[in-house]
Amino acid sequence: MVPISAYLILAAVLFGIGSVGVLVSRNMIIMFMSVELMLNAANMALVAFSRALNLMDGHVIVFLVLTIAAAEAAVGLALIVALFRNRESVDIDRFNLMKW
Amino acid sequence: MEAQLPPYSIKMMLPELFLFVWALVVITFDLLTRRKSGSAVGYLAMLGLVICGGILSITGYGRGFGMMFINDPVAVFFKVIFLGAAFMAIGSSFGITNRKIVNHRGEYFGLILLSTVGMMFLASSQELLSLYIGLELTTIPLFVLAGFFKDDRKSVESGIKYMIMGALSSALLLYGISFLYGLSGTTDIVQMKINLAVTQLANEGDIGVILILATVTILAGIGFKLALPPFHQWAPDVYEGSPTPIAAFLSVGSKAAGIVAFVKIMMLGLEAFYDPVMKPNDWGILVGVLAIAAMVWGNVAAVRQSNIKRMLAFSSIAQAGYIMIGMVAMNQYGLAAVGFYTFVYMFANMGAFAIVTVVEDQTGSCKISSYAGLSRTSPFLSAALAVFLLSLAGIPPLAGFFAKYYVFAAAIAMAGSSNGHTWLYWLVGVGLLTTVFALYYYANVIKTAYFAREASPYRLRPLRPALLVIAIGLLGVLIFGVVPETIVDFARDLPYYIAH
Repeated sequence: MVPISAYLILAAVLFGIGSVGVLVSRNMIIMFMSVELMLNAANMALVAFSRALNLMDGHVIVFLVLTIAAAEAAVGLALIVALFRNRESVDIDRFNLMKW
Repeated sequence: MEAQLPPYSIKMMLPELFLFVWALVVITFDLLTRRKSGSAVGYLAMLGLVICGGILSITGYGRGFGMMFINDPVAVFFKVIFLGAAFMAIGSSFGITNRKIVNHRGEYFGLILLSTVGMMFLASSQELLSLYIGLELTTIPLFVLAGFFKDDRKSVESGIKYMIMGALSSALLLYGISFLYGLSGTTDIVQMKINLAVTQLANEGDIGVILILATVTILAGIGFKLALPPFHQWAPDVYEGSPTPIAAFLSVGSKAAGIVAFVKIMMLGLEAFYDPVMKPNDWGILVGVLAIAAMVWGNVAAVRQSNIKRMLAFSSIAQAGYIMIGMVAMNQYGLAAVGFYTFVYMFANMGAFAIVTVVEDQTGSCKISSYAGLSRTSPFLSAALAVFLLSLAGIPPLAGFFAKYYVFAAAIAMAGSSNGHTWLYWLVGVGLLTTVFALYYYANVIKTAYFAREASPYRLRPLRPALLVIAIGLLGVLIFGVVPETIVDFARDLPYYIAH
């Protein structure tokens, strides 16, 4: 059987990749994907804990979090489309109308 | 074995359910009238908030859905703040909806109401999952609202910045929540506190590195919502670009939602790890450092802003720092001071933003220089703006002074009570010092409006709802400045409910 620490380390690695992606990437869509990766890393940890503790709560949380992530993605992609219509680019280096 | 379901007591949830349905009614009404309803849809939304307040007053205290939903004085107090903030945001939006977003009025008002529903759920949640969902229901409509002028590059840019930062912060929060769940085996916050304390005692006071990691990630997640440095970079840009009433709603409603989340998770759930007797713990010092950073950076950066929305954004960062002083002073006065501060901050900040909206509608500019000479052409609005800004700065007869006074008094009382807390004196010292900076930049706006050589070319004619909002703000700031006891007596009871 795979120990719980393996799942937690995987979750931490995914979370790390996601947060580095948000901070380093210059492309809005990649940034958005990285945030989704971070959310799924948290889901991973929740399921791992839930399995280890033999409780159902964690599984239920994951379903609701997936729903929220979908809602967030819908709004986020709509904003990205509006942005692209305005300036034909999704490169965040060009979002400098206001001092960042 | 027959499973026993807890009683639902859906009655407790009545205000939220009503407001949720009303939001859909508002959107449908706008569609049914073929988008030609004029101001009626806005008045409909304001009516819904008033009715919701009425329902809230007769719902009473109690629990529902097991322990997940709780209507205690803390929840009701903050719900009143959310409803008030939404009411004032909608009231000051009429100028914008009549000219700029004629075809989407229903969605605009409906989304504000939906965001308010999320805040109310958040205030009532006693459980990590419903708290997370409430926070998301609060912020997702706000992403849309921030980018609502979809042909305006600045607005869309601010919407997308807010969306990335909001999603990042909720991912951090969720990661922290997953650790809390893993360590305690429950999502109920009260039960979590007990389980964590038992684990801690079994390990002879050592709380382990994972709990510290969880505390830090949750603090970062909530810090984004509260715009505490170093997580504050989004705030000035988002406030500048988004529609002005939405910036006001962000600075009061969304901030109060972050405060409730902080109270629920840190003060209620992780209370044991505040106590300096236990080691190595103490999120208090961590929050204290964030509060100092917020007060110093917010006030210093606000001094050199020429755009009044950016200035108010930095000022709201600083105000969050003052509120955090009350949080760190976790004695019986701390939470009461936080509640009173947030309540008064709502009146002053929403009022100031309402006037900024009126000026922006008329002049099309948010520059502080466009306020020059306004006192000659619009004496009432200039005086109101001066009152709101002086209340934010904390000048004695106004309510903002008592808010700051209570926060500092709570911290001093805590600092004097035990040796482990003497560092709170430093916090109060920094707070008092930075208040001087704050006075400078608030007074700068008043000086521009009152001591210009020439009279302003503009005569401000606010719409009636905006005048109502300004009147409510003035009444709140003046009445609670003269007789703060009315609210303080209620707020004083809050800590007893959070402790049990």
